[in-house]
Amino acid sequence: MSGNRDKDPHSGMETTGHEWDGITELDTPLPRWWLWIWYGTIVFALVYWVLMPAWPYPGGYTKGILHNSQRVQVAQDLKALQAQRDVQGRALTNASLDQIERDPKLQAYAMTLGQLTFNANCAACHGAGGTGSKGYPNLRDDVWLWGGSLQDIQTTLIHGIRSQDPEARNSKMPSFGADGLLKPAEVNDLTEYVVALSRRPANQAAVARAAPLFANNCAVCHAADGKGNATFGAPNLTDKDWLYGGDRASIHDQIWNGRGGVMPNWGKRLDANTLKALTVYIHANAGGG
Amino acid sequence: MGDPLSSTPSTGSARAAINTGGAPAYLIASIFGALLFTVATVLSRDPLFQFQGWIFMIGFVLASAALTIGLSSGAFNQAASRYMDNVIKAGVIATMFWGAAGMLVGVIVAAQLTWPNIFYFPDFGFLNFGRIRPLHTSAVIFAFGGNALIATSFWVVQRTCKARLFGGMTAWFVFWGYQLFIVLAGLGYLAGITQGQEYAEPEWLTDLWLTIVWVAYLIVFLGTIWKRQEPHIYVANWFYLAFIITIAILHIFNNLAVPVSLLNHRSYEVWSGVQSAMVQWWYGHNAVGFLLTAGFLAMMYYFIPKRAERPIYSYRLSIVHFWALIFIYIWAGPHHLHYTALPQWTQTLGMTFSIMLWMPSWGGMINGLMTLSGAWDKLRTDPVIRMFVVSLAFYGMSTFEGPVMSIRAVNALSHYTDWGIGHVHSGALGWVGFVTFGSVYCLVPWLWKKDGLYSNKLVEWHFWIATTGILLYITAMWVSGIMEGLMWRAYTPQGFLAYSFIETVAAKHVEFIVRLLGGLMYLSGALIMIYNLIRTVGLPNTQHANHPADALPASAVLAGE
Repeated sequence: MSGNRDKDPHSGMETTGHEWDGITELDTPLPRWWLWIWYGTIVFALVYWVLMPAWPYPGGYTKGILHNSQRVQVAQDLKALQAQRDVQGRALTNASLDQIERDPKLQAYAMTLGQLTFNANCAACHGAGGTGSKGYPNLRDDVWLWGGSLQDIQTTLIHGIRSQDPEARNSKMPSFGADGLLKPAEVNDLTEYVVALSRRPANQAAVARAAPLFANNCAVCHAADGKGNATFGAPNLTDKDWLYGGDRASIHDQIWNGRGGVMPNWGKRLDANTLKALTVYIHANAGGG
Repeated sequence: MGDPLSSTPSTGSARAAINTGGAPAYLIASIFGALLFTVATVLSRDPLFQFQGWIFMIGFVLASAALTIGLSSGAFNQAASRYMDNVIKAGVIATMFWGAAGMLVGVIVAAQLTWPNIFYFPDFGFLNFGRIRPLHTSAVIFAFGGNALIATSFWVVQRTCKARLFGGMTAWFVFWGYQLFIVLAGLGYLAGITQGQEYAEPEWLTDLWLTIVWVAYLIVFLGTIWKRQEPHIYVANWFYLAFIITIAILHIFNNLAVPVSLLNHRSYEVWSGVQSAMVQWWYGHNAVGFLLTAGFLAMMYYFIPKRAERPIYSYRLSIVHFWALIFIYIWAGPHHLHYTALPQWTQTLGMTFSIMLWMPSWGGMINGLMTLSGAWDKLRTDPVIRMFVVSLAFYGMSTFEGPVMSIRAVNALSHYTDWGIGHVHSGALGWVGFVTFGSVYCLVPWLWKKDGLYSNKLVEWHFWIATTGILLYITAMWVSGIMEGLMWRAYTPQGFLAYSFIETVAAKHVEFIVRLLGGLMYLSGALIMIYNLIRTVGLPNTQHANHPADALPASAVLAGE
């Protein structure tokens, strides 16, 4: 079967003389255009190797005659970006937060910058509109766990909450149920007490039983009247605003486990001017306290 | 494992001489495997290891039962004068089953991306996007593509070597062992067993099993080539061999890891940092190069000339583009790591080799398309030929798009965006999917001895629905990819990023709907095909002369002793 170089009637080309399961092959030469484009790509590669970092050798690599370096390039790009930001940003450097808020021009700039920064960094947790969700505080209302003044907001942004920053806002609600600090029945009673604090119908007997429990365990942070204390980030329990949900199951869950969220210390990631703008943006949108 | 093709029947010594292709050895190994994993599962304290242990146990127990029944009924007695075709039938069925399953999971994943609130099942954590996305990729690449390659390679290597598959029952071990690997990997992802590396998610135990199966595959394939009755090795077999050998090497080196303990599912890989990333993408890119390109080119090199009844366009081109392809492809991996911690010189090599790869890749397209010259009229009459042509067109497009995307400046825009998803799918749906569909449309009537398919009209429907689906898919991904790439890099005049990430996600919603529609159409086409194939198998058998022989040529049987 092999060895017969037949002529293909359609193309006029000879076959190679081999045959496999009825398949033969023509002896067509390589297409010229194919070969030339391939050579072209090889020449491109050779030129690129001469110009750019390309081949390794023991202890180093060929740097290329353009001395291009992506590390140098990115440093330059970042520097140029900083210069671009500084054009208007510098005005923020010497202004206090209050001054920025009072000066319409500075304030408008801070709001633009603040919004961009918020969308790129904060929206992932607090939502694109800043309205938060379960476990992530709403920043558009007047309720503040750690204080809502310009200064309070800036401190929270720079140092974070329960972050690795030594000056982070820190507090830890005990896991009263999980750690056995209170008996399950007591946690149930306290749940009723917290429901009653926000002026909702509750089991009065349970509320009465829980009053001393609240005074001994909860009032230190949440205050005797349950209105909370921003020093410890302890929420007001008498309003309608609930970080982890206000239904009985959620309240019970929170007393049992004592969760507390973490917010990064943005002072390490954003520059001072950006943080100022962000502070003003958040403050302006919330109404502040 | 020997298959001595004992064609001189020594009628006297009766049963002892019957060759069962090594089935007793496989029975002993299965029983041993079942016992081993029973002990391991009992001893392990790791629930996920136990989960894998149960799958192994069930697999080995089923294998033991099947082997016992087969041995006692004489079903394994080897007909040495015939090609081994039943394992290919099984492979074709597995290909279509896993194909439909993998595409269905793909559609679900696309729906999750489109409507994350609706297709979110908090009570069924195993249905989370992070669990079923790798299920989709592995199912279509390894279960659909892998089975297609194994099945077609068994057909092609036997026919073009005029030799029965080497190793007796080993071919069946390869088939069932590979299905066990698929089940271990897929259920493992759902259970949360993953090493988190793209296309290499299975953990060490599953990896080891695949290594055993793959080496057995290599032995079957090489052994068959070794005992061929043809002076030369056909080009399709070069490509299959390159695919099998390189996948073995890639799989082993990317999965070098130290298990936490022999009874724990988890392991830690020996590479770390940027070396780990480089090895991963050397693997990942060459999985594309040697599985999805070289392997399917092998399919192309047999089924297109066979279907078109035309000689291969250029033998010289096949040699040059084969060696160029395998030599250059292996360097291109670093283009997945542009602008990262990977040293820039490595990125340069990855990019320039990708560009030099363009023409070697196109060599396969030219050889496929030009083989049809002289048979272009068949495009009108044979929808299967049309499928092959479109597959080569998508092959040509995506192997041009790839080098373009590997250029650092282009990659700066395209990387991490949906453009990459679109690129992968023009290759996967267009090239890999269509060349597989075409080959299976050829194989089923041959294997089941039918005159032709149940309905060419349904092939037409499959062709048009799937082609439209692919076009919708990739155009949607081009639009959304370039859009999100531009949004990510957009700055305000003050020098700040103009868009938050979630805005770039929200902007893609319409494109995601179009993509989902494209995927649904592609899946529908595959389901039409499955229906058509089932009806084809149900047609009455015919004994026409134009069927490919299932018996080896007499000369080959004698020479094979």
